[in-house]
Amino acid sequence: MELVVASAVGVLTAGGVYLILRLRAFPVILGLALLSYAVNVFLFATGRLAINAPPVLQKYGEAAYTDPLPQALVLTAIVISFGMTAVLVMIALGAYIEADDDRIDMTGDDEAAGKDSTA
Amino acid sequence: MSSGSSLLPIIAILPFLGALVPGVMIRAGRSACATFTAIPTILALVMLGVLVPDVMRGEVIQWRVEWLPQLGLSASFFLDGLGMLFAGMILGMGLLITLYARFYLSGEDPMGQFYTYLLLFQGAMLGIVISDNILLLLIFWELTSLTSFLLIGYWKHLPEGRQGARMALAVTGAGGLAMIGGMLILGQIAGSYELTEILTQGDAIKASEWYLPALILILIGAFTKSAQFPFHFWLPHAMAAPTPVSAYLHSATMVKAGVFLMARMWPVLAGTDAWFYIVATTGLVTMVLGALIAIFKDDLKALLAFSTVSHLGLLTMLLGFGTKFAAIVAVFHVINHLTFKAALFMSAGIVDHEAHTRDIKRLGGLAKLMPITAAIGMVTALSMAGIPLFNGFLSKEMMLDAASETAWAGSHWAVPAAATLGALLSVAYSFRFIAHVFLGPVRDDYPSKPHDPPFGMWAAPAFLAVFVVLIGVLPAVVVGPLVAVAGGAVIGGGELPYYSLKIWHGVNTALIMSIIAVAGGLVVLSLHRPLDRLWQAAPRPEAKVIFDALIDASAAVTGWVTRALHNGAISRYLAIFVVATVGLGIAAWNGGALAPRTREMLPIPPVVAVGWVLLVVATFLVVTMHRRRFQALVLIGVIGLMVSVGFVYLSAPDLALTQISVETVTIMLLLLALHFLPKTTPLESPLWRRTRDGVIAVTAGVAVAGLAMAFLMRDFSSISDFHLANSYTGGGGTNVVNVILVDFRGYDTYGEIIVLGIAGLTIFALMEALLNGPAARRLRNADFANDRSRDRHPLMMVIATRAMMPIAVMVGVYIFLRGHNQPGGGFVAGLVISIALLMQYMASGFAWTQERKRIEYHAMIGWGVVVAGLTGVGAWLAGKPFLTSAYGYIDLPGIEEFGLGSAFLFDLGVFLTVLGAVMLMLYSLSRIARYAGETVNVEPMDYDPSSRVEAARNGGE
Repeated sequence: MELVVASAVGVLTAGGVYLILRLRAFPVILGLALLSYAVNVFLFATGRLAINAPPVLQKYGEAAYTDPLPQALVLTAIVISFGMTAVLVMIALGAYIEADDDRIDMTGDDEAAGKDSTA
Repeated sequence: MSSGSSLLPIIAILPFLGALVPGVMIRAGRSACATFTAIPTILALVMLGVLVPDVMRGEVIQWRVEWLPQLGLSASFFLDGLGMLFAGMILGMGLLITLYARFYLSGEDPMGQFYTYLLLFQGAMLGIVISDNILLLLIFWELTSLTSFLLIGYWKHLPEGRQGARMALAVTGAGGLAMIGGMLILGQIAGSYELTEILTQGDAIKASEWYLPALILILIGAFTKSAQFPFHFWLPHAMAAPTPVSAYLHSATMVKAGVFLMARMWPVLAGTDAWFYIVATTGLVTMVLGALIAIFKDDLKALLAFSTVSHLGLLTMLLGFGTKFAAIVAVFHVINHLTFKAALFMSAGIVDHEAHTRDIKRLGGLAKLMPITAAIGMVTALSMAGIPLFNGFLSKEMMLDAASETAWAGSHWAVPAAATLGALLSVAYSFRFIAHVFLGPVRDDYPSKPHDPPFGMWAAPAFLAVFVVLIGVLPAVVVGPLVAVAGGAVIGGGELPYYSLKIWHGVNTALIMSIIAVAGGLVVLSLHRPLDRLWQAAPRPEAKVIFDALIDASAAVTGWVTRALHNGAISRYLAIFVVATVGLGIAAWNGGALAPRTREMLPIPPVVAVGWVLLVVATFLVVTMHRRRFQALVLIGVIGLMVSVGFVYLSAPDLALTQISVETVTIMLLLLALHFLPKTTPLESPLWRRTRDGVIAVTAGVAVAGLAMAFLMRDFSSISDFHLANSYTGGGGTNVVNVILVDFRGYDTYGEIIVLGIAGLTIFALMEALLNGPAARRLRNADFANDRSRDRHPLMMVIATRAMMPIAVMVGVYIFLRGHNQPGGGFVAGLVISIALLMQYMASGFAWTQERKRIEYHAMIGWGVVVAGLTGVGAWLAGKPFLTSAYGYIDLPGIEEFGLGSAFLFDLGVFLTVLGAVMLMLYSLSRIARYAGETVNVEPMDYDPSSRVEAARNGGE
């Protein structure tokens, strides 16, 4: 099971990193979404894995509980990463509407290349 | 602690408080401004005066407040003889400069600004001399660099002023950095950052193997500040400052800070060979070199600046000798140098002010035109030359005495000869100052006809000149006790060596050296014209050129690095960031030891394997198909779903609930945005680039997977057990995750909902800016008709969402209420209800839904934060810290038992903020549609069957 989680985190990270290295805003946003999954699952996994042991206290008898702290941290992280994604989307959208182009690299070469492609 | 010790922090803070006043008082006039600048200085002087009797008795006054004792940080001050001497000089000179500057600055100069800078600088200097904690001292040390930058560059319109200020900041700032290192080492050796503690550890410090590095670093700081060779070059360039600044910084304060520090550290650092050869040699070289250059300077202030360099060298040399006698001579000369040099600067300023030039070649004969200024200038210059009856003579004799007994590398004549040469040169430039400025025939080509200034302007230098004579005639009476107590502080207590402050010591070596110096100085002066020609013709290294070349070279290097890293392409930054992070991770991995595995792997059931395959395939497809944006979005949804399912399986129901609702909202958001964005991404990167990115991505993925694996296979203890144990008893809830969020880590959550609220408002503001700009026009002209559905508000959907609305709200409320004890809570509830509302927007369109909205989302965010905050504040009423929770249980018949407590209210705040923020974000996005030519629907659906029945009926009648 550990291998499954670790490899999933690795795959999500690799996909996310590849996408954030693209040249357009939208793939970068997708990449950040993938990275958010990866980071959240990774943080959650620092509490180690347990099955059928949710951190909800049972009234009767002894029960095993998994580590609640990473869960609490990840819960807010999920919501915050949504906020971050929303802001990013908004900025990307604004930039696109203003500039009619959703390229994100602003080097001299790229500007020239951008002109070439539109010409 | 003596009774007066609490005055110390007040003295230290007075100039800083006072600095707030001049900027305001300048509106009341220049004199009022100067008066209000003088008040804090006078108050501080009076308080210092109260402490003087105690210090003169040999007491050390201490005051301390611990701040971070673990780091050795405390606000602590102490006052002994040395500190008192310097504090008195700083405050006294500050007062005189305030008076002088009132008359010196012209009406066009912003005087309030000047006085503010002056007081800030004064406060920083004062801080240096009375700090006990060396970390505090370092802060004041840096503050003097910063405030002197402001003062030197006060005339912002002059390029020399700006360049001089920048050079001073660069040199003294760099020295300050070195000194931080030295002081930290010193503190480590001594085991304390308190000066009073360090000063008792002299033997341990000198014996430590870290003594030499600490010494060199501290000396770099002191030498740069006190303009010692080879760092002397900044001081003459700092002369571009207004003369009051020069007089203050370069006579009494800034440049004396280095000397002060060497004197302060004298008991712990001096006395070794390293100290002698570094400090005494540097001082000696600086003394001779400074005096030599001074002779050939035509600018009055430049002459005085190099003379200051020379005298600072003299002081450094005396401290470097390492004998108690020489240290006491240094203290005595500090006082003498202050009196004559400050007066000289002020008279040079008066000459400049009246004659509109300070070029010596254009001056001469001023004694007849401005007799008072000439008298002051001549008296003080004679003192600088070391002529009997003036105070400079006394300390110079004692200096020569000390030098005559010093052997340098086995040679008994090197130091005395060099010291005599320094004295000779100093006589030459002092006499030149007198002869070429004040004596000689009256000329008729001054840029402005000079005459004596008003009393206010010459009062300060005259006051100092009186001291020059008084000390010169009656040294033991006027400053004897002060020298004794300050000198005693420098040498670290114990017996004072034999010395006598009197004019006539008989015919001794020092007197003979002195006579040689005066005679030689007169010869040099008489030969000044040919020597000057020779000097101007000789090639000399120009320090400013070297300095500028160094600065340009380092700017070029940093510019190159910056451009290489920051070329404007974000993909490059991200690539560098990822590679660097992975590299650092690998370095850390190799550098540390890994604990052995302590956990067994859990089995992998087939369902999980299927989920894993789904996730991996979906990720792979997102990457390979990301150019087709809609498909990629759908696949992202699959991944999110798998992650949520994984959370359910791995005992994290709260996370699963949150993930799945966030997932829904995110996809809606991206879909909305994609409507206005291109639907495909063009293929732009060449193959090598995609390969390179792929390699980076896979490396990062493998690294993260390895790290995750390492975590997963090991047990380690954390604070989680505390949360499990105290969740019910302390927080009143059985859902530990929720209790952590709203109770244990409530502060954190409070911050996070504020961030979320800010994100929502940011989006709203961005949209406002966008839609009020040129983008709005572009949007109106854009053609989205092809993307538009013909049945935008389908009947089925409208009906279904209407029916689901109350159910969804019900679910939301339920999740909210049970949150404290069962999976759920404010975050999830907020998301669920926002999804329910969003469905109305989707089904019936923006305008229709907007009209039925009762609450503004902005207000909802605000209320959420306020409710959560007030809940936290409520704890204060019970005398508890912020966000301490109180709770009780309510067992209403018919529904599940639920806890009602302050945490519940806090969660309500979370709920409101989340709901408001999410709605505001999506609502902002959909506003674009209005500008993009979306028709506004007033009906809930496009096609209403009932209206057709109506129409048919109407038509039938």
